[in-house]
Amino acid sequence: MSDVTAHGASVRIEHCGKTFSDGTRALEPATLDIARGETLVLLGPSGCGKTTMLRIIAGLELPDEGGKVLFDGKDVTSMPIERRNVGMVFQSYALFPNMSVAENIGYGLKIRGLPKNERIARVAELIRLTNITGLESRRIDQLSGGQRQRVALARAVAIRPGILLLDEPLTALDAALRDRLRGELNRLLRALGITAIYVTHDQSEAMELGDRIVVMGKGRIAQIGTPREIYFTPRNRFVAEFIGAANIIEACLENGQLVLPGGRQPITSRINLAAAVAMVRPESIRLVEAAGAALSGVVDSVTFNGEKQRVVVSGASDKLLAVDAPNQVQIKPGDRVGLSISPEAVRLLPPED
Amino acid sequence: MQYGASSRRGAPWLMSHKFFVRLCLLPLVVVTAAFFLLPMARLAVTGAEGPQGLAGYLAILVEPRYRATLINTVLLAAATTLVTLIVATIAGMFLQRHRFPGRAVLIAMLTFPLAFPGVVVGFMIILLAGRQGLIGDLSNRLAGQKFVFAYSIYGLFLGYLYFSVPRVILTIMAAVQKLDTGLEDAARSLGASPWAVQRDVVLPALAPAFVASGAIAFATAMGAFGTAFTLATNIDVLPMLIYTEFTLAANFSTSAALSVGLGVITWFILALARSFSGSAVAAAG
Ligand SMILES: Nc1ncnc2c1ncn2[C@@H]1O[C@H](COP(=O)(O)OP(=O)(O)OP(=O)(O)O)[C@@H](O)[C@H]1O
Ligand SMILES: [Mg+2]
Repeated sequence: MSDVTAHGASVRIEHCGKTFSDGTRALEPATLDIARGETLVLLGPSGCGKTTMLRIIAGLELPDEGGKVLFDGKDVTSMPIERRNVGMVFQSYALFPNMSVAENIGYGLKIRGLPKNERIARVAELIRLTNITGLESRRIDQLSGGQRQRVALARAVAIRPGILLLDEPLTALDAALRDRLRGELNRLLRALGITAIYVTHDQSEAMELGDRIVVMGKGRIAQIGTPREIYFTPRNRFVAEFIGAANIIEACLENGQLVLPGGRQPITSRINLAAAVAMVRPESIRLVEAAGAALSGVVDSVTFNGEKQRVVVSGASDKLLAVDAPNQVQIKPGDRVGLSISPEAVRLLPPED
Repeated sequence: MQYGASSRRGAPWLMSHKFFVRLCLLPLVVVTAAFFLLPMARLAVTGAEGPQGLAGYLAILVEPRYRATLINTVLLAAATTLVTLIVATIAGMFLQRHRFPGRAVLIAMLTFPLAFPGVVVGFMIILLAGRQGLIGDLSNRLAGQKFVFAYSIYGLFLGYLYFSVPRVILTIMAAVQKLDTGLEDAARSLGASPWAVQRDVVLPALAPAFVASGAIAFATAMGAFGTAFTLATNIDVLPMLIYTEFTLAANFSTSAALSVGLGVITWFILALARSFSGSAVAAAG
């Protein structure tokens, strides 16, 4: 559609680990394939190695011995970042304070020796595309956070990179602006058809932007999958708890039923287990009449947050159980409630440690 | 009502606050008057009390010997500043960015001469490049000829370098530490070669540190006396000239005029450099 349409490259990382010179093991050897044009999100808590992985792909960090990075099947492991043709957006934006907005956006083109008139045309188009018309000659310290973010993005895509790397680009902004820019960013990435790798620790951002999500924990890849897969079929307790709200139930499993303090809860499989770990999302639990319910408990607290209310029930499971109830239901702490959970909504997780 | 009451209560507090500020100004006023205004005024008056009157001030520019000395001094100070900035930037950048065994010791050694007076620096230059110096010995053994330059303008230049490099290195190191490495990563991701990164990102970011530390190096070199005094055989720099006029010729008015001239010219060149570098930074931006 536009002059800035980039052709994404495919990316493969093979056995890429990272041990820093001080001995910190930031990343266990990981292998990952990213398809051309895909938006892949690296998601995980602080310090889990997301930035390290991104910097290895960018070429700012060398993987440990044996690790390889391939772009479109070509080994680029030893190629420095300045020759990899990747666009980067940093959390701090890293805009050049000694250059104006237009000069920032045009810097990569100038370095590439693009003729001045082409450069001006391309910069103008990016300014339009990122909605910052009128700011061309501003200095960076005269911009708001959201405007800086757009300039950083425009600068990164101006060079028509094969791969766009974004390290928590929205984290520094306030919530409302973050939501708006998230939508804009999503549209832009789709329009450009670029391969994007997006780092965040915000799971709703990951769900909205990612074709696939890589959930990371403690330097390891915990799970790779589409947002739906990650949400509905988490592979382990870490993923289940990190993505969305999750009730973790530890109980004994008899004849396909979890034996709980407040009753019994059937699951889909028929196995017996002395110590099973299961997960149920709050929105999969329905409040019903206590009388006759297979599982029941007492309301501990109710939090109203507009679109729904979060009801915490005690005595039903081994721990408190979070339940999402419709916002109109009249309920208060101390009420006795029954809980209805469909067997499909209960996901068994591998017991760990 | 509430507001009125509180502002009436606030008024005396405001008075005492103003009084407090004035009280704080007192030391500044005293120091300015005692150490700056009064002696400077006296110096300026003395400068005009010679046989030529006010024209005595022009002597520094008109009299061939004075003018030659002035040019010498300015050139020497400018060369010192330039070379100091180059050496200190490269060294400071390396020291700040790399961790290696012995780094702390090296930094300590580099900054060790900070406390040395000019006399000691001059003495060290003589030990290095004087008639009995290391370099002379070495060149004598290798080439059969004693290479001696301690007493020339090159010896003085070396002494000034030795004097100013440690000071500037510390300033540059502090500035390098504050650099955002993200900017360099960003420039590289956009395709900039290591040279382009230095030119477009690092040096512009260090510009304020260059101006500040360069000004100090220049002013120090313009007024340095101890080193020149220790080495002085055939070099004339302004501070030496002032000293000679003052002590040997007892020519008070000329030495006063030269002193004022030294101050004004240094100040003028620094102002010029600052405005030039200011516009250069803006033009680069
Ligand atoms: N240059 C370095 N030297 C030593 N250790 C480092 C270095 N950079 C990162 N680490 C360590 O590596 C681990 C992973 O860091 P990384 O920056 O990749 O985390 P992250 O997932 O991006 O975290 P955040 O969400 O806080 O940005 C951390 O424990 C960090 O302290
Ligand atoms: Mg990070």
